[in-house]
Amino acid sequence: MIELRLWISQRSGMLLAIALFVLMFTIYIGNHPAGLTVNVATTAANKGVLLALVAMAQTLPVLTGGLDLSVGMVFILCNCLASHLIIGSPFQVALGIAAVLATGIAAGAVSGAIVVYGRLQPIITTLATGAVYYGLALLLRPVPGGEIDTDLADFITYQLFDTVPTTLVLLAIVATAVWLPFRLSETGRGCLAVGSAEGAAFMSGVAIDRAKLLAYVLSGLLAAIAGLLLTFITFSGEASAPAGGTYTLNSIASVVIGGTSLFGGSGGIIGSIFGAFVLRTIEDLLFVFDLPPLWQPLFQGIVLLAAVSLGAGRVFRVRNRLELFG
Amino acid sequence: MTPAVPRLLVRPEFLAFAFIGVMLLAGSLYSANFLSATYLLQQLQVAAFLGIIASGAMIVILLGHIDLSVPWVVTVGGMMSTAAAGWWDASLALPFGVLCGFLIGLVNGVGVAVLRIPSMIFTLGINAVAQGLMVLHTGGFAPQDKATPFMHWLSVEHFVLGIPNALFVWLIVGGAVAAMLARTPFGRYIYAIGNREAVAYLSGVDTRAVLIVCFAISGACSALAGVLLAGYSDKAYQAMGDAYLLPAIAAVVLGGTNILGGRGTYLGTVAGVILISLLQSILSVMQMPEAGRQIIYGCVIIAMLLVYGRGSRVQG
Amino acid sequence: MSKIASKDDAPLLRMHNIGKRYGGVTALDRVDFACRSGSIHAVLGENGAGKSTMIKIIAGVVEPSSGEVFFDGRRVRFINPAEATHNGIVCIFQELSLLPDLTVADNICITDPPRRFGLIDGRAQRRRAAELLARVGCADVHPMELVKDLSLSRRQMVEIAKALGRNPKLLILDEATSALTAADVASVYAILHRLRDDGLAILYISHRMHEIAELADVCSVFRNGRHIETFPKGSHSDDEIVELMIGREYRHVFPPKPARSAPPPPVLAIERLTWSPRLHDISLTVGRGEIVGLGGLDGQGQRELLLGLFGVLRGVTGTIAVEGRAVRPTSPRQAKTPAVGMALIPEDRKTEGLMLPMSVRDNVSLASVAQLTRGLTVDRAAEARRIDEMIRQLAIKVDDIDRPVATLSGGNQQKVVIAKWLMTSARIILLNDPTRGIDVGTKQEIYQLLRKLADRGAAILLYSTDYDELVGCCDRVAIIYQGRILRELRDAEITEHNIVASSLNLGLSGGAGAAA
Repeated sequence: MIELRLWISQRSGMLLAIALFVLMFTIYIGNHPAGLTVNVATTAANKGVLLALVAMAQTLPVLTGGLDLSVGMVFILCNCLASHLIIGSPFQVALGIAAVLATGIAAGAVSGAIVVYGRLQPIITTLATGAVYYGLALLLRPVPGGEIDTDLADFITYQLFDTVPTTLVLLAIVATAVWLPFRLSETGRGCLAVGSAEGAAFMSGVAIDRAKLLAYVLSGLLAAIAGLLLTFITFSGEASAPAGGTYTLNSIASVVIGGTSLFGGSGGIIGSIFGAFVLRTIEDLLFVFDLPPLWQPLFQGIVLLAAVSLGAGRVFRVRNRLELFG
Repeated sequence: MTPAVPRLLVRPEFLAFAFIGVMLLAGSLYSANFLSATYLLQQLQVAAFLGIIASGAMIVILLGHIDLSVPWVVTVGGMMSTAAAGWWDASLALPFGVLCGFLIGLVNGVGVAVLRIPSMIFTLGINAVAQGLMVLHTGGFAPQDKATPFMHWLSVEHFVLGIPNALFVWLIVGGAVAAMLARTPFGRYIYAIGNREAVAYLSGVDTRAVLIVCFAISGACSALAGVLLAGYSDKAYQAMGDAYLLPAIAAVVLGGTNILGGRGTYLGTVAGVILISLLQSILSVMQMPEAGRQIIYGCVIIAMLLVYGRGSRVQG
Repeated sequence: MSKIASKDDAPLLRMHNIGKRYGGVTALDRVDFACRSGSIHAVLGENGAGKSTMIKIIAGVVEPSSGEVFFDGRRVRFINPAEATHNGIVCIFQELSLLPDLTVADNICITDPPRRFGLIDGRAQRRRAAELLARVGCADVHPMELVKDLSLSRRQMVEIAKALGRNPKLLILDEATSALTAADVASVYAILHRLRDDGLAILYISHRMHEIAELADVCSVFRNGRHIETFPKGSHSDDEIVELMIGREYRHVFPPKPARSAPPPPVLAIERLTWSPRLHDISLTVGRGEIVGLGGLDGQGQRELLLGLFGVLRGVTGTIAVEGRAVRPTSPRQAKTPAVGMALIPEDRKTEGLMLPMSVRDNVSLASVAQLTRGLTVDRAAEARRIDEMIRQLAIKVDDIDRPVATLSGGNQQKVVIAKWLMTSARIILLNDPTRGIDVGTKQEIYQLLRKLADRGAAILLYSTDYDELVGCCDRVAIIYQGRILRELRDAEITEHNIVASSLNLGLSGGAGAAA
């Protein structure tokens, strides 16, 4: 019983995000003209999973106490690359997918290597590497275009057994295959240690460099999976800087809403996934309530602000003001 | 720092100016009139916009925070100043635009200092709200978005000796910021908070007030730049400020300011701004396609930081 | 496990001609040192004597500039703590190596956790943690609790449990018991004695003579980066040991306390101050020229009392009067104003008192720079004059006030903190354990300074965990127990015995008012 109580209190941020999502999605479905049909769920899932994957990518560097401002650009880069490669015979398609994933891994590795061995701050490093990845994306797709294997795209973007959106299954598989082994591995725990107190982690003998590198490499991989998914959904590749920037910023917001601390050391991708779902549902809610289009960006902004300010209540409960300072 | 190498030579400000020299040299090899006075003054004029934004950004970064609301506060500055000219009088354009930025900055300050929400995420949200407000503003009212003659004059014309007015504005803003940081108690408090807020608090500094004022200044600077940009293009338009956030942060960091706060000089920021502006202009003179520009931009920033922006090995 | 090693066995650890230089500063100078299995070996020395540096070299945190280290018969050179741990050298530092956001179990098994299919086995980990926690007498701590939710005392015990879990051959404790409650300290002594009997070698660094006397079999004294002498317990008196540490003749001198015919006019009058749940009904006065001490066991509310007076706590009720006027500071800024005139020397100078990377000038003038202006700008010349005055008054060893304060020794750093507040001409000075971790020489200087300030009219409230200090410095001592003032001792009543007895809520002996 104690263990359950501890488990809940240590994950309150994540649980809050899940509750928030369930609440908002229920309101959305309740007001949707068609209700909870398979198609409605699939459309929502596709958009949600796209952001969720990028949010997962952002979570790992944040856990180490850093930040990855290049996730949106890796996402775009892999999208553009996929629009060239994922076509042809099944073997070529498989090779193409492998190449895209490898690109994501390489991008993450480069950012990570600069942070670890160059000892540069993550914010400015990933700002710069993001620019490079965007440039590469532009080289691949100066204008939007490209094509993708339509069978595979249809498979991914519709449903399994006519009920469950395939993207949700994909998300679950990625989360289990990537996050779970990571979280339970010594290196994965090392990431949390580094974010919690890097000096203490060093004194304890934690392999700091390996942990940080792994975080950025996996981040690149997840962003690549998201880029692939985008190509399957849009059937093309586009080097859109605004899109990349928006995804990056939304991924940070998702991470925060999901209960992961921006200072590092606590949190996880489950929270970020639901944080992403919450963000996406906000957009859909505005649509469903027939808000005049002119008011939508403002409303979205206000809800985003409110969502990331969730933790502010703490200020009024603190009785020793010294605790307010990091 | 080994005594062999004089401390001056490894200071970031010195290295930043050295890089500027290198770039001017490289540029002059590419085009004959790169080093001409007209061209250089033109560069400084364009750099002035970034410079004003970077002044505000630097103050916030020195505190150990970051202001991600720059893009849309710049736009607010541009749009609200032109709107004021339409609603009331042209003479109110500049003050009103700057005031709007100042007020948004105040909100940022309260969110960060009083509600203790991490600045990265709060200013991000404010940025989204500002965007929403501007979309609302332009959407329904057939707004006045034309710049006033004064704004144009300030931004584009030359007042004396062929020196661009915009540069004068930067000089005034920059001079004030530099003096504040280096010579006033308020400046000391900024560095203290960036170093360790708890110590500043326990030493009797009103850290909340300092934070709020600094975010307000940052908002005002962004808005002022927006007013000038509107003057430059003769109108205010959506997403005016998007292209300025990342270069502003890069300029501050390349100028030797520590992204975590507590260390940095305004002179360095000046060097960083000129560096970034020069880099951008060289790339456009070479008619480098956007793709190449982005890649070179990123690589140059990394390369420079690897020379003088490295942290120390974790020693526990 | 082997029995206690005999004197003829080769030492487990031997350091030969070790030197360490940081830039131009020599931290260690041709040190030869040895430590045997089955013994508790105390290392003594002032701040800057080189003990911490030597420990860091042994533990693999830093590498020596010259010399060799031999462990278990082999020459070793560790490049990081992980390597040292792997070889059986485990170190517990004053700055804990725990990760606050992780669970106790995760922390204890942070390296080399029990595995299943290549991944961490959570259940086995929890079991192991529970075992080790029981071994150090902390079975009440649940392995799944987050470290940041534990008290400082419990955290240090977890740190010790973690160290034991690494099966050390050589265990090093660097001021590792500073935050422990008395019960936990006794527990740790018992564990250390048991480990010694099992054949472990234990290196123990502490500033507290009482501890050394209880624990150590052998003592080594360091001074100015050199190893001065190693001797068995009991062969030197406490005073002789201190003389070895400071290198000159030492007399236990506290400045004389003034005789008073009548109680001095109150400067600070506290009435029924309450901050639940940590402070209840505190009533205390501090008069002009008085040094009033706060005593009692750790964590009874002393720190909260000082913070509450200084305006840091919310929800404080009761009356605080300064020179007869009621005040209620709600922030340090308000407490600093001339109307109130308070100053607080905080507990931890590194995180609460100083900005280490900034210059001595910036640190010393932080609290008073607003008064050192000419118009809107700072008058740097006047500032430098006042700072130089402070440096002279406090005898701070610094050559250039624009160098970072991190380059100063611990004692001088604390003087910088005090200087910062003296610049504000405060009339009420609150001190939170100001001489903890400070070398003996500087301690003396601080005692002299406090009495001088009191003689000039300041009212001083001093919380100290050092009995000698309370006895030697204070005109009155208020013993705090569970958030209340249990007893006030004055004049002849202030003895170590009475302080200890009162702290434990027992009766007194000697002096007036012996009744409980």
